[in-house]
Amino acid sequence: MNSILSIREVSKFYGSYQALNAVSLEIPRNSIYGLLGPNGAGKTTLIRIINQITFPDQGQVFLDGEPLAPHHIAQIGYLPEERGLYKSMKVGEQALYLAQLKGLSRAEAKQQLKYWFEKLDIGNWWHKKVQELSKGMAQKVQFIVTVLHRPKLLIFDEPFSGFDPINAAMIKDQILELKEGGASIIFSTHRMESVEELCEHIGLIHRSNLILEGKLSAIKKIHKQNRYEIRWTPLNGTPAPEELLGRLPVIGPHYDAEDNTWDFTLELQDSEKGELLRYLSEHGNLASFRERIPSVNDIFIQTVQKQESHA
Amino acid sequence: MHKLGLIIRREYLAKVRNKSFVIMTFLSPILLVGMIVLIAYLTKVNDNEKRLVAVLNESPFFKTDFESKRGISFVPLHGIGLETAKDSVLDMGYYGLLYLPQRASLEGVTEDAFLYTKDAPNTLVLETLEGIFEDRLREYRLQQLGVSSEEYARVRMGYEINTATFSGQRSAKGINEFKAVVGGAFGYLIMMFIIIYGGFVMRSVIEEKTTRIIEVIISSVRPFQLMLGKIIGTSLAGVTQFLIWIFSASLLMIAVMLFLDIDPAILMQRPGPGGLEASLAQSALSGDDTSQLLVEEFLKIPMGLLVGCFLIYFVLGYLIYSSIYAAIGAAVDNETDTQQFIFPIIMPLMLAIYVGFFSVFSNPHGPIAVAFSIFPLTSPIVMLMRLPGGVGEGGVPLWQLLASIALLLVTFLAIVWLAAKIYRVGILMYGKKPTYRELYKWLKY
Repeated sequence: MNSILSIREVSKFYGSYQALNAVSLEIPRNSIYGLLGPNGAGKTTLIRIINQITFPDQGQVFLDGEPLAPHHIAQIGYLPEERGLYKSMKVGEQALYLAQLKGLSRAEAKQQLKYWFEKLDIGNWWHKKVQELSKGMAQKVQFIVTVLHRPKLLIFDEPFSGFDPINAAMIKDQILELKEGGASIIFSTHRMESVEELCEHIGLIHRSNLILEGKLSAIKKIHKQNRYEIRWTPLNGTPAPEELLGRLPVIGPHYDAEDNTWDFTLELQDSEKGELLRYLSEHGNLASFRERIPSVNDIFIQTVQKQESHA
Repeated sequence: MHKLGLIIRREYLAKVRNKSFVIMTFLSPILLVGMIVLIAYLTKVNDNEKRLVAVLNESPFFKTDFESKRGISFVPLHGIGLETAKDSVLDMGYYGLLYLPQRASLEGVTEDAFLYTKDAPNTLVLETLEGIFEDRLREYRLQQLGVSSEEYARVRMGYEINTATFSGQRSAKGINEFKAVVGGAFGYLIMMFIIIYGGFVMRSVIEEKTTRIIEVIISSVRPFQLMLGKIIGTSLAGVTQFLIWIFSASLLMIAVMLFLDIDPAILMQRPGPGGLEASLAQSALSGDDTSQLLVEEFLKIPMGLLVGCFLIYFVLGYLIYSSIYAAIGAAVDNETDTQQFIFPIIMPLMLAIYVGFFSVFSNPHGPIAVAFSIFPLTSPIVMLMRLPGGVGEGGVPLWQLLASIALLLVTFLAIVWLAAKIYRVGILMYGKKPTYRELYKWLKY
């Protein structure tokens, strides 16, 4: 059993509108899972089902092998996209209240809060009212409240919104540290570069259906188009690569006269690779030969567009 | 249960620490007592103002009839002519001059008597004077018919009929109204509480939506727990406020009365017009017998039953209405959108109060009173107005009380269930104001 969370054939209807259609997915233990999808695809509904805010009309969810039950609330930490704090309450008091709602005792909550306030460098905020805080400051408090009760499963929905780059990096480090500490993390965002940086697995939801799921590296392998980026300096003169290779580059070519260097991308079958490499090194200086890996952004757009054209 | 306690605690503290709530709590009794003191003071000033009326009596009648009474003093003038009298009265700043000319008969005098004043005369003065004339004329005419003054004095005595119920209890005039007022006070208290603190519950739900904290909380507790905690916490704050109000207002009142020496009876008095009719009415109302009966009846009101039922109706009625308020708060994004939904809740409350005042006071066990005291949205107020008459014979039939409570209980469960469903969906909905149709759809989510 290597999944912390199993979602099996979950469907959800709002009146006649179907928000989720028999979605099944496995969230691997101790990893970061990117839950992606266009706006209105059904991500938030799925996340709310995991948090038992709403309940599925069909299907089941298992946390750590057990069917989801009210006591699991204490084992999940959820940072919603639409988040806020009581304006007129003091920061410390409020954090204490939210931590206790998650099932911590008052003393435990206090101790944990102290640790986290020190760690994120906001120790002197305890007696401030929330309305005195900036948006980024309030976000920090919300992050702490989400992770405070050491949940095994953490769900972050757009965790970096409202943070400046320095604080965003700080939060990213904290998320990675939590993963090192054994937590499993679901990460939902529209910022693909952070998916690229953080996630080992992804799932893509589009129009209530799960249309792509798996290990990020494996998905990339499937989506690669056998394209290679090449930087090469020919030995004699400046002939165009197409004359040399007898084929057209897919992208490029670009010639830098100062360095006498060509940059171009070729589409190659595995069987052609060895021969080409040999040719290039015989007739010039091969500076780089690299397979072009599709970015998450490319995969996202490609997959969604393919679905749209099918529909 | 533990979480519910936490929510109640937070809601209570949030409310009690709120600045405007604190100010209202301590300012209201001061304002209230200040008002009472002001009214008492003004009444006293009004009372102490004596209007001086000079009487120039040239006739042989009315020698002893103009006695000074509350508000008017009569000053007899002698040996001067009317024109001189007018001038001097005006000079001395008297209120007016009453002139009785020299005539042979009493009727002649009354026909030609004149009251001169600077401006149009005050009704109280007029009524007092007219009363004196009427009384004297009546006596005179009866004398013509052979009725002596002593006999007339006996005829003037007021009369009040003795009343009793069929079971033999003595009852007094106005006892129904009196009982309904006692019950009505409880009913009115419930209505005020619902409107004030129901509104607080609604605003608190809207606040959670606009600050977007709702989803964070809902991932830790069930929406129903949050709703219930909010309602209970707010009502505890309300009860605290009410207790402080009652306690501090009575303390202040006592202190004020001791220091300023205001007679509480002043507030009870109604300045009645003079004259025969008035004095008749007064003697009827102020009969020792009647007030003693009222006190007896007051003591006979089943206080235990009334307070017990008050608690039941208060708790159930408040929970019904405040959960509707919570659902409304959940359905909208801001307070301005609430109007369309609030009107239908206020209506049954208003109806209950009006029905109470116009129907229950005069006929506590009539069909309208019975219907409204069983209908669950109005029963908390109307039934309490009927209850001071007791339960059973002569009071509310037991089956009506039980039916009313049972219906209220069923309604309570149904409404809270419905409100919780709307609440659960509404708190996560942002954007446009929902229609009633959409609310109905939410019930099926």
